[in-house]
Amino acid sequence: MELTRRDATAALAAVGATGGIALAARREADGPGAESGEADRDGADPGTEAGGALSDDDTVRAAMIAVATVVYPEEVEGVEGFVDEFLDGRLDGSAHASGVRAAVGELDGAARSWHGAPVAELPESDRDRLLREVGADTADENPDGTLAERVRYYVVNELLLALYASPTGGELVGLENPQGHPGGTESYRRGPR
Amino acid sequence: MSAGDARGGETERAAVRDVDRSAVENADVCVVGAGPAGALVADRLAADREVVVLDAGPRFDPEDRLARQERAIRPSRDRPDVWDVGGDRDAHANSGEWFYPLNHARVKGIGGSTLHWQGMVMRLHEDDFASGTERGVGPDWPIDYADLRPYYAEAERELGVAGASDNPYAPPREEPHPMPAFEPSHSDSLFAEACEELGLDMHSVPNARNSEPYDGRSPCVGYGTCQPVCPAGAKYDATVHVERAEEKGATVIDRAPVQRLEHDADRVTAAVYATPDGEERRQTADAFVVACGGVETPRLLLLSESEAYPDGLANSSGAVGKFFMDHLFAGVGGTLDEPTRQNHVGFYTSACDQFYDEADEEVGPFKLEFLNYAGPSPVEEALTGDDWGDDLLERLRDGYGTHVAMGGLVEQLPRSDSYIGLDPDRTDDRGNPVPEVHWNVGDRALRTIERANEIQRAVLEELGAEIEWVAGPDATGPAYHHMGTTRMSADPDAGVVDADCRTHDLDNCWIASSSVFPTGGAMNPTLTIAALALRVADDVRERL
Repeated sequence: MELTRRDATAALAAVGATGGIALAARREADGPGAESGEADRDGADPGTEAGGALSDDDTVRAAMIAVATVVYPEEVEGVEGFVDEFLDGRLDGSAHASGVRAAVGELDGAARSWHGAPVAELPESDRDRLLREVGADTADENPDGTLAERVRYYVVNELLLALYASPTGGELVGLENPQGHPGGTESYRRGPR
Repeated sequence: MSAGDARGGETERAAVRDVDRSAVENADVCVVGAGPAGALVADRLAADREVVVLDAGPRFDPEDRLARQERAIRPSRDRPDVWDVGGDRDAHANSGEWFYPLNHARVKGIGGSTLHWQGMVMRLHEDDFASGTERGVGPDWPIDYADLRPYYAEAERELGVAGASDNPYAPPREEPHPMPAFEPSHSDSLFAEACEELGLDMHSVPNARNSEPYDGRSPCVGYGTCQPVCPAGAKYDATVHVERAEEKGATVIDRAPVQRLEHDADRVTAAVYATPDGEERRQTADAFVVACGGVETPRLLLLSESEAYPDGLANSSGAVGKFFMDHLFAGVGGTLDEPTRQNHVGFYTSACDQFYDEADEEVGPFKLEFLNYAGPSPVEEALTGDDWGDDLLERLRDGYGTHVAMGGLVEQLPRSDSYIGLDPDRTDDRGNPVPEVHWNVGDRALRTIERANEIQRAVLEELGAEIEWVAGPDATGPAYHHMGTTRMSADPDAGVVDADCRTHDLDNCWIASSSVFPTGGAMNPTLTIAALALRVADDVRERL
């Protein structure tokens, strides 16, 4: 099944480009003299928290596409263009984008240490193994958590969210208007095709 | 901190600091709470009165709604995270036999809990206003359906309700709904055959959700995340009326939790509110409308105790905080051996009110719903589990596609041992005692759940479903409808407010909230809240 430009646009419509969004869980510091709700939604800047440099966008895109070919099902085609276009909307100046860049940077670091090359240059079987070695398969997503939890949040689930909130991703499961996609109010009335 | 974070953080902090949160001089009306009740009161009075609205929470940026939707889908975010509920501001205690997840049940901020509500807007039935007389249990309301009927119609126009007149069990109405009802779903058509066999009548349900463009707002575009966030603005929320009130000249102050109501023996004189700079300010007005919902309304009155009112303001009856009620959920779900097309939209389109008016002493009123969102949402499922690639897709395909479910709401009677109090041992971010939720549910409600389950089970069995879960008396939960805690009564010894929702004790203080409901019925309360709020506004105008 072919992922299209429309799918990438739809995925962004579901989760939004992140730029300028100022959203956060309330902090313990909230209270008299402190305002709630205006820190960035992903908490402390993950780039600085991780203590590493952020990956440049080309590296991030290459790594995300490489991971997508592992976490997306075989029957999906057009992954590179879909991921690239989705990231056009996500890799902005937000803290979320910084989190993606930082998580990819750390994943690439692990790839170099354990497999001798960055994620994008590994064969698919090694990419799959790397993600499992990092622990992203069993981790619960957490933007402020361990490396495994951050890779799960910013890399694996970022990509899965994009796919399965898109019309093509939904259709793979049998649901052409998945949650998060503004697919109108006709499909719920239709019977199976 | 990244550039984007700086943009989102510092700039907004500066904006928050720059907001003028000073009290308004010569205000006619001070409304506490910017949820649907407060917003409607403010809008109705703002054109020719000086109106000030104070709300404890923030003014949310509409641009953030997609990000909030992502929070609703992401497994790392809990439901209260979607609208920034939680922390010391929203601390509370639970002491009843039944746990109450309060912070799942409310939103603080401009728009209030309509920001996360489901958007179902039924009128109460005629007997709901006379439970004692007609059903032999609970108090009668001091008003009846006819008193509220014109306000119901007006509330339907204000909120924008999509509905049809095909429900033979609904109370009488004088005009069509403002918008046509949403068409039945594919799964409704499956249920219809089973219901016909069993002699059950299905009908449409009124949604506060645009089935066509309405009032400058979009029709529903099917995001499927109605509860807890509608990015399209098709689902009504009270920001609509807050903005309208502001256009008419009302002043709306966010992040301004009211700490207490100053008063003399028979009048409220000022609302003392805190601001983000740590200061306290006093808003005086000729009239005060408390519209903080069924928990914070009694809490504010209790926090406003004085020598004149040692048990809490407006509490000569002793009823402030008492009789806390919610609706209870009853449901049955399972799977069929055919596609059921669930989770395309986040609302339901068919219901059955056939048994509602059979209520008596033993079994309460209940309504039945045919859900369009049974079973897992694939995108949410995709973000959990230990698999990806083809294995994940196989799991998603196995998990999605054949679920069906019926839900329902059941009335709980008011009980004096079900109440909202103050916890003396814990304070919020301003040093005030937090609300203590002491929720108890009686046997009648549990019997009613069993009765609803019987019918739900019969329908699913008729459908040929394999039943997988039952939300019965042991697995029920609240519908997040806080009611009863400043009940309405013609008798000053039996209730907090009179038939006009004005407090018996204080001449210039009204309460617009489901907290005034003497009984709850089994219909979602917001349309009744809205109708009462419009009626309150008329009474305030008349008496000013």
